[in-house]
Amino acid sequence: MKNGILKFKRKPKIISSYSVVGHMEKSGPLGELFDEYSNDDKFGKNSWEKAESEMQKRAFSGALNKSGLIDTEIDVLLAGDLLNQCVGSNYGLSCFDVGYLGLYGACSTCSEGLLIGASLYSGGVVDSCAVVTSSHYCSSERQFRFPLEYGGQRTPTAQWTTTGAGAFILKDEGNVEISEGMIGKIIDKGISDINNMGAAMAPAAIDTIKRYFLESEHSPEFFDLIITGDLGYEGSEILKDLLLKDGIDIRNNHIDCGLMLFDRKAQDVHAGGSGCGCSAIVMASDIIPRLASGELKSVLFLGTGALMSPVSLFQGGTIPAIAHLVRLSSLNSHN
Amino acid sequence: MNEKEYNEYVEKRAKKSPVLKNCIFAFLIGGGICTLGQAFFHLYTFLGLEETDSRTVVAITLIFIAALLTGFGIFDNIAKIAGAGTLVPITGFANAITSQAIDTKSEGFILGVGAKIFTIAGPVILYGTFTGVIYGIIYYFCNLIWG
Repeated sequence: MKNGILKFKRKPKIISSYSVVGHMEKSGPLGELFDEYSNDDKFGKNSWEKAESEMQKRAFSGALNKSGLIDTEIDVLLAGDLLNQCVGSNYGLSCFDVGYLGLYGACSTCSEGLLIGASLYSGGVVDSCAVVTSSHYCSSERQFRFPLEYGGQRTPTAQWTTTGAGAFILKDEGNVEISEGMIGKIIDKGISDINNMGAAMAPAAIDTIKRYFLESEHSPEFFDLIITGDLGYEGSEILKDLLLKDGIDIRNNHIDCGLMLFDRKAQDVHAGGSGCGCSAIVMASDIIPRLASGELKSVLFLGTGALMSPVSLFQGGTIPAIAHLVRLSSLNSHN
Repeated sequence: MNEKEYNEYVEKRAKKSPVLKNCIFAFLIGGGICTLGQAFFHLYTFLGLEETDSRTVVAITLIFIAALLTGFGIFDNIAKIAGAGTLVPITGFANAITSQAIDTKSEGFILGVGAKIFTIAGPVILYGTFTGVIYGIIYYFCNLIWG
């Protein structure tokens, strides 16, 4: 493999997945699917950062309970979030007795975690692992934009950071397997507008998809869905348009977690959802169950991340982006 | 597609903010705030305050109302529609300080609120004062020459 597809010899199964969301996500189109929600976006804590940690804790506990395992039976925990030094994960998961690797891939962290977890499992380094990622609208706004109560206007291309955490347990038995992966490259096309992150991230997704189909024996039509993490409306349209110009047509089977999560007309989220939690909760509560039931046979999931910081942007920097791919297949042949 | 071409492509296709609608709402709500200020001015002069004192108390009143609405989580909902209408008058300044104070309370009163309260309003204070100094110097020399 050189810049190519990681073909897992020993394929891990996603044996359980769990999602914890805030009230906005609960009242969105996928609201009924989520495992747990809180009307109080502080989740009983006294700061937004602690609330995010609490979501991670609940998501991992929930996934463990569903799988019937306890923390000491997990060989490695891979987790990340958007906060500086990944404190959402560090504090939220400190109460568990499990080896921990913190990840930062911005909104691509969910697919990055699944990719690394599957690689470790495939190589026989671990026999089980867990992936947990989260984001919180309030903690992200504080860190990346303005205070919550600041009175400003958002542009139509701006996205809404998801309040939610998703957790996945990977082990040897189950109906959903991770069969392939592709590591994203850092792609920077010179976009510097923090209110148009879809446009910054779309080229990274395009790069990964093009490299995947260059090598894969399958064409895009083979997959039931090609799922991007959080390109939102703007990024999704750019992705489909530019891929089509390169002869790859994904218009019929592309969906974006950021567009699925919210009702853009009713919920005032402009171009759609974003954040590490966005793709994690959609995958955990919508896509994985549909794969497990056999409704979906094979999907490509690309988590898309914008890798800037407020400081780098203030210094005149542009937004580098990344998209990691995992291929998920259903082993349920009943449907 | 190189960087320049991609940026042009993105720029061309991105939906723009509704400038005309935003301007109309900014005019109406911003104008409304100014009218409210004028009403307070008449009220305070009617109650017996001097004109200069009355102007100061009007500013204080508007700052108080903006801060209160920020605290109740109402201001940002108005500002979302009003835009520059709430930003430009003194209400925008009050909101920038109050919202930052609320946000940083979790880091304590010294390193949180104290250190960060002017993060957003800081440029206005710094360059407002700076402009005042420049204006004062120009005014001083003009007076020397023509005064």
